[in-house]
Amino acid sequence: MNDPIREAVYEALRAATGGSVALSDDTRIMGELGLTSVAVLDFVLEIEDRLDIAIPLDRVAGVETIGDLVAKVSEIKREG
Amino acid sequence: MALFDQFVSLAEAYRGLQSRPYNPFDIAFDAILSPTEARLQGRQILLLGTNNYLGLTHDPTVIAAAVEATREFGSGTTGSRIANGSYAGHRALERALADFYGRRHAMVFTTGYQANLGILSAIAGKNDHLILDADSHASIYDGARLGLAPVTRFRHNDADDLARRLRRLASLPGDKFIVVEGIYSMLGDTAPLRELVEVKRQWNAYLVVDEAHSLGVLGASGRGLAEAAGVESDVDFIVGTFSKSLGGVGGFCVSDVEGFEVLRIASRPYMFTASLPPAVIAATAAALRQLRMRPELRHRLTEHARRLHQGLADAGFELGPEPNPIVSAIMPSPEAAFALWTRLLEAGLYTNVSLPPATPKGLALLRSSVSAAHTRDEIDAAIAMFAEAGRAVGVIAPARASTAGGAT
Repeated sequence: MNDPIREAVYEALRAATGGSVALSDDTRIMGELGLTSVAVLDFVLEIEDRLDIAIPLDRVAGVETIGDLVAKVSEIKREG
Repeated sequence: MALFDQFVSLAEAYRGLQSRPYNPFDIAFDAILSPTEARLQGRQILLLGTNNYLGLTHDPTVIAAAVEATREFGSGTTGSRIANGSYAGHRALERALADFYGRRHAMVFTTGYQANLGILSAIAGKNDHLILDADSHASIYDGARLGLAPVTRFRHNDADDLARRLRRLASLPGDKFIVVEGIYSMLGDTAPLRELVEVKRQWNAYLVVDEAHSLGVLGASGRGLAEAAGVESDVDFIVGTFSKSLGGVGGFCVSDVEGFEVLRIASRPYMFTASLPPAVIAATAAALRQLRMRPELRHRLTEHARRLHQGLADAGFELGPEPNPIVSAIMPSPEAAFALWTRLLEAGLYTNVSLPPATPKGLALLRSSVSAAHTRDEIDAAIAMFAEAGRAVGVIAPARASTAGGAT
């Protein structure tokens, strides 16, 4: 896992869930991880800081799985 | 998939509440006897969760103004200001608000929620940027979503974090709009407005302050946090509501920004909704006069807020950080919040339960708000009921007398 974006997303998710859940690209962020909508927003703050980018909320609103999120953040990072 | 399947877990949680003797999200008072007393299922209840900060809902001049306006102009306007015309009262109230704030422009909206929708969706275009305090009210989030500007958040009340996020946006074109609140409605804490203004100046951004819970509460004239912090000239848009200290319903925005009036034909939540009825407009104008003429109401409110905050802290409750008129006790769980809320109501005290996602950081809160109309005895009675109920449901330690000599 040498992709820094993937690593940042997984690290932030591990921090948000206390490392108690096994994570994969197919894991559904709100359903399986039990994160509330507010917790997901706070977790976006974390990713923004780890990657030093701005992630507009509408860009991640439709994201369901960790894999989707990695793809979306990678796209934003490329634009920036 | 059946209709409403997306709300299955929500509906399940709500059904659980409906099996309780009282549901905190479905209370209906039989009568409101005064700003601080109501009748509920035949019992008289002390109200400590109304946002009726100045107690003006029952002020005789406010009620008389509403009655007279109804007689003169009828029960409703039956339309929007753009399509069906304003009444004299709408304009008069806008002038009164502009005068109170010392601003050139004022716009009145039909609710405080719509004021945020109407302003935030319209001031920032698709190439601009909205940066919201993370703990912002739902109306701020919804207003931001209604517009076309990209939305990012900064960590609650953290000016350094705001600066970091503005730096990241600095290379992008477009105006930047920072949105914060005077007093935050969940924990009753205030924004560090002077520090935020420094950042705003440094990055040449606009600043919007929602004074919903601070109008009539903070500042030497009651204009809110911007006045109290001495930074009014740095705040580009002040948004507020009539439904708290002014005892009515409706919202407003005041500003000196050039060209502001175009929002009357550009802001959809202003244009495509019925305007406030004559009674509400007249009552709000009368309440604003009371707010300006009677600073003693604000002083009494502050005194009660400090007394309640201190009393609950002394009783052992973990509270929001500042003694403002919203006093929130942090509960260990939603179940504890329901248990304490129910016990208090049975004892004759009405408060509010606040749960995620309305609350920050997943907190469960037992939330109170004081009024200038409370007496000191009522505040003391509320503190005593809190202490008794808190011990009974186990959210605070038993009274010291009963554990003397025991292990801690």
